[in-house]
Amino acid sequence: MASVTAPSAEISGATPAPLVRADAPRPTRKRFSHRSRRDYLVFLAFATPNLVLIALFTYRPLLSNIYYSTLNWTLGSPVATPVGLGNYREFFTSPDTQGVLVTTAVFTVATVGGSMGLGLLVALALNKRVRGVGFARAAVFSPFVLSGVGVGLVWLFIFDPVIGVLSYVLRLAGSSSPEWFNNPTLTLVMVIVVYIWKNVGYCAVIYLAGLQSINQDLIEAAAIDGANSRRTFFSIVLPLLSPTTFFLLVTTMLNSLQAFDLLRIMNPLGRGTNTLIYEAYLQAFGGANRAGYSATISTVLFVLLVLLTVFQLSILERKVHYR
Amino acid sequence: MTAVAERPPVTPRRDRPLSRRNLVATITTGYLPIVLATLVVVLPLLWMVLASFKSTGELLTQTPSVLPDSFAPTNYAEAARRVPFGRLFLNSVIVTVIGASVKVVLAVFTAYALVFVRFPGKKVIFALVLATLMVPPQVQVLPNYVFISDLGGRDTYWGIILPGLATGFGTFLLRQQFMTLPASILEAAEIDGASHWKRLTRIVVPISTPAIATVALVNIVFEWNEYLWPLVIISDPDMMTLPVGLTLLFNSENGADAYGVLMAGTVMIIVPVLVVFAAFQRYIVSGLTQGAVKD
Repeated sequence: MASVTAPSAEISGATPAPLVRADAPRPTRKRFSHRSRRDYLVFLAFATPNLVLIALFTYRPLLSNIYYSTLNWTLGSPVATPVGLGNYREFFTSPDTQGVLVTTAVFTVATVGGSMGLGLLVALALNKRVRGVGFARAAVFSPFVLSGVGVGLVWLFIFDPVIGVLSYVLRLAGSSSPEWFNNPTLTLVMVIVVYIWKNVGYCAVIYLAGLQSINQDLIEAAAIDGANSRRTFFSIVLPLLSPTTFFLLVTTMLNSLQAFDLLRIMNPLGRGTNTLIYEAYLQAFGGANRAGYSATISTVLFVLLVLLTVFQLSILERKVHYR
Repeated sequence: MTAVAERPPVTPRRDRPLSRRNLVATITTGYLPIVLATLVVVLPLLWMVLASFKSTGELLTQTPSVLPDSFAPTNYAEAARRVPFGRLFLNSVIVTVIGASVKVVLAVFTAYALVFVRFPGKKVIFALVLATLMVPPQVQVLPNYVFISDLGGRDTYWGIILPGLATGFGTFLLRQQFMTLPASILEAAEIDGASHWKRLTRIVVPISTPAIATVALVNIVFEWNEYLWPLVIISDPDMMTLPVGLTLLFNSENGADAYGVLMAGTVMIIVPVLVVFAAFQRYIVSGLTQGAVKD
């Protein structure tokens, strides 16, 4: 596995350094002893249940998807017609696909950029030793652990154009509420805002750990050299944060490409918010029951995720500044 | 840079403590952003709780008031009348407790085997476990739906729980933790003739309690919020978990007048997680932010 250096992100407290690695090589035995045979059995007894579950429910579906993607198959129907690459041809030539790809790109770029940019700002705000900052850190992180369905419903209520509190505030400011639900572009904007609200705390906590690992001597040295705080931030802090930024870029992008809960509850029909993953869901479970075509989209998405991960690990990592 | 070094070392006026400028700066750059960030998170959740006590009349207005007229749980009773909320809550608890417990046990055993038990090809096995973190659950849904349906698992507890039990995350986190344990203790136990079972239950598990708690808590939160899988595998309202049941309520109401009832249901999903998070914040945050791949 290629390595991503993880910023240790505990809010407080450090993990003790390992004394001796417990899996350090031990003296090898020359013959296949009774003891090593017993070890093998113990290993199988301990690890097999989980490994079987992983094989059945994680890896088997990947292969099944590839097989399903070659079928013209209505979900629930006993008959399926092999169509070879027909589903892929349809996907790459369908006029709907372009819209889905654009929506996916906009949603991903906006949510990744928004959560990371705001996350950094929040981390800078929280990186202070003042009373109550512990509570603020926990509060800012908390939406990340909440149910997407619950969060979506809370914000649907807030965004409601007639009785929502946002429309009330906008009326006070002399403006009327935008048509969040009738204009697909605005629906997308709304979902992006809520997604960022839910995920910004994750980025903030990880950036905070990155900020706290920066050696204060460097910042003091810069101040002595006459660098103002803006200069210090852009020339010292930001470059030193680049491993954290890189780590967040990988994780938040994967998360955004997999976003489902908010999209499903806030805009069930997917008009304007139809990302790749949502299109795969709609094709199979949205009434059309097109299992083969849905599996095709899932396979394309999976290949895209693998390519993105490999690309990020190999290309971007070289440009990252490591301490 | 050299020109700057010639400056006389005078403390700038604003650096003096309690100077007027310093005080203003502390409030604007210190407290204000912190308070602002906290409010942006807290206010919507507070609004949810308040709305869950408001009557339809109080909600269907263009000039909303902050506090409800009364804190009588009318909407909660109404929510329970429209969908079987007690049952949904129970289903969520059952799925969460069983799912999270089994996952923790599986992760402990797998991680112990990967770290302390000799077996050829352990590195490859670990890589395969780790790679599961990169397989999005969404692409597994359709094949697992077909598989579990064929086994007769629709609208059953085991049908909801089983496909989610494979645990790469917990195994990864606990393996990292087990590798930091001092080898000397385990070697001493081995020389004393303690079996793997004894070494696992008497030594490794007791000294790894914080890491195991972290895995357990993250799994609890994850299972409680799980949406897509129960959404497709359950259609009987009596077997739904809270997020799925709330979707049913939302779809069946489809009118602005239902927001009081919907917010009552939302409180039942969100508040238990907030309570758990408030109590075990450090474990949950560290568990959720350690998802990085390290070797």
